[in-house]
Amino acid sequence: MSILRRHHVLIILAAVLLLLPLVLPNNYYYDIVIRMAINAILVLGLNLLIGFAGQISLGHAGFVGIGAYASAILPTHFGWHPLLAMAAGATIASAIAAIVARPIFRLKGHYLAMATLGLGIITAIVIKNEAAYTGGPDGMPVVALALMGFEISGEKKWYWVLAVVLLFSFWAARNLIDSPFGRALRALHGSEVASQVMGVDVVRYKVAIFVLSAFFASLMGSVTAHYIGFVTPNIADFFHSIELVTMVVIGGMASIYGSLIGAILLTALPQALSTFEGWETVVFGAILMFCMIFMPRGLVPTLAQRFGGRESEGD
Amino acid sequence: MVKHSLLKIATTAAVAVGVSLSAFAADPIKIGSVLSVTGGAAFLGDPELKTLQLYVEKINKEGGVLGRQLQLVHYDDAGDASKANGFAKRLIDDDKVDIIVGGSTTGSTMSMVPLVEKAEIPFISLAGAVVIVEPVKKWVFKTPHTDRMAAEKVFTDMKARNLTKVALLAETSGFGMSGKKETEALAGKMGITLVANETYGPKDTDMTPQLTKIKGAAGVQAIFVFGFGQGPALVNKSYKQLGLSLPLYHAHGVASEEFIKLSGPAAEGVRLPAAALLVAGKLAANDPQKPVVTGYRKTYGDRYKEDVSTFGGHAYDGLMMAVEAFKRAGSTDKAKVRDAIEATKGYIGTGGKVTMSPTDHMGLDQSAFIMLEIKNGDWTIAK
Repeated sequence: MSILRRHHVLIILAAVLLLLPLVLPNNYYYDIVIRMAINAILVLGLNLLIGFAGQISLGHAGFVGIGAYASAILPTHFGWHPLLAMAAGATIASAIAAIVARPIFRLKGHYLAMATLGLGIITAIVIKNEAAYTGGPDGMPVVALALMGFEISGEKKWYWVLAVVLLFSFWAARNLIDSPFGRALRALHGSEVASQVMGVDVVRYKVAIFVLSAFFASLMGSVTAHYIGFVTPNIADFFHSIELVTMVVIGGMASIYGSLIGAILLTALPQALSTFEGWETVVFGAILMFCMIFMPRGLVPTLAQRFGGRESEGD
Repeated sequence: MVKHSLLKIATTAAVAVGVSLSAFAADPIKIGSVLSVTGGAAFLGDPELKTLQLYVEKINKEGGVLGRQLQLVHYDDAGDASKANGFAKRLIDDDKVDIIVGGSTTGSTMSMVPLVEKAEIPFISLAGAVVIVEPVKKWVFKTPHTDRMAAEKVFTDMKARNLTKVALLAETSGFGMSGKKETEALAGKMGITLVANETYGPKDTDMTPQLTKIKGAAGVQAIFVFGFGQGPALVNKSYKQLGLSLPLYHAHGVASEEFIKLSGPAAEGVRLPAAALLVAGKLAANDPQKPVVTGYRKTYGDRYKEDVSTFGGHAYDGLMMAVEAFKRAGSTDKAKVRDAIEATKGYIGTGGKVTMSPTDHMGLDQSAFIMLEIKNGDWTIAK
């Protein structure tokens, strides 16, 4: 009973994912759902950092790029197993995050935003210029991901893989938020001084959450690279970072399921608007503006408050 | 006798009515396209889309193809290869297009290639790099010249002038980096030594540091710049400032009036290979390309009140080759259309004379480029 209550949204999500293939007419729709799932997991990691810990990152796509290019370069040029390459990418991204986190988190507000922005841009520049390994601005192909002789290729296989990863991520994030670690994060978001007084090691928690979200980002970068089978420096560029932050904000900061809604909405909108013939950017911008003006806290928290009458933590 | 011809007329009429009825009832031929209309590569996608829209409209007004209207289904990938990949799935699985013309950048094209190969649908790319057609992929074709061809043309001209020790200055854009790679690979084969190898950023405003280095390189005889946009014009200015007198070459694609205007007197004596489209007025009257390129220039200019670019020309060639293939195949059967594209022979387009084969899915050769020299602030065909 308590599991049912605690995880009712998660169970609904699982049911939806299970039934979705019955109504998806073709590969194109599978593709959109897969992209939604990839974005949702990425945004979830970023939301832990931005929404829960209250630290901005405008360079998150840099970590996505590190994962993607690790999965592209290591198997192609050095013959590594894709899974090993994926792990290496995640390790590199986490290590970079851990090293830069301490100096970066001495900064606050705009300065923190600038520092993370720089980090992302530098990553993108390195990828663009190391053409011998990365193929430069034209990008490079990525080998297929194979697990014990079973190759994950095609939309339908990827769908199930990502459905499982998505459910696991949301379950894990949910538990993380309700753990002492999650409570400490929310405390330092509320007031750093107060949480420090209460015995929270502010710096350690900030670094930990930054590393964790970089780890998530790198893994999803690898998944994206294998899924699409081709990677270009766009994946690491500034606009991708902004796209991710927008998903966090639109869905709702500090809302686990807000991440999901934000990712679904912003992945589907450009597809739905593509029939507007050159006006899609304008319509897209207008929708974002109205969301921010009338629901500044994001879709899920605003709607939860209006219809639920209560604001459930983490839902 | 009279009876016989009456019968004949009746049959002909019946057939004609039948044909026209089926023509009206037939579904349109769907031409799918993914272009970078916005974002960093918009300078490619914008003229490409305008060209496709303009000519699809024009062809439909003139009765369509195989008695069927054309329908253009296009999406904007904003220069992002991952989006191009998604839209290609949409074109193939959801819109069920008959052919894909597009892919403005090499990245976008390459991310779509595995999909079109698997779906077995003809694909004519509008992007530059050699990797698209080398190795040959069964369903993939391209219309633009490659960077290798430009480098080859430049090196041939240099060798004719006994210049073999060359400094390369490449832009760190997709265009420049791909060109740099091809130029480096080609230099050895053509007996050219690269004595200096520098790069500049597409947004740099001063190239004197790189040119100073090049000036100091031992035995340098000529400079070859691989870039696009305003960068190459700024190279010209820095070159003049430093008082360099080495022969200066640029790659294809900078040939626009804008380039001469931006460079001012610094452009004097600069050489570059260009497609006939950009120098339509300078072509000899009996040049087979002349009517095609002047026609395209006029149609495009009348409609959009702006100058044509090579990239719009690539889209024109892609669409026309597709239309010709539909006509020759007599249907929209994908395998037949593919074979028809591969059998393209002597098609005269804005890019040059195209003759495809099972081993060549681009079909252009060195004759597609003309070596130009800027004299008195205007293009002249270099001798």
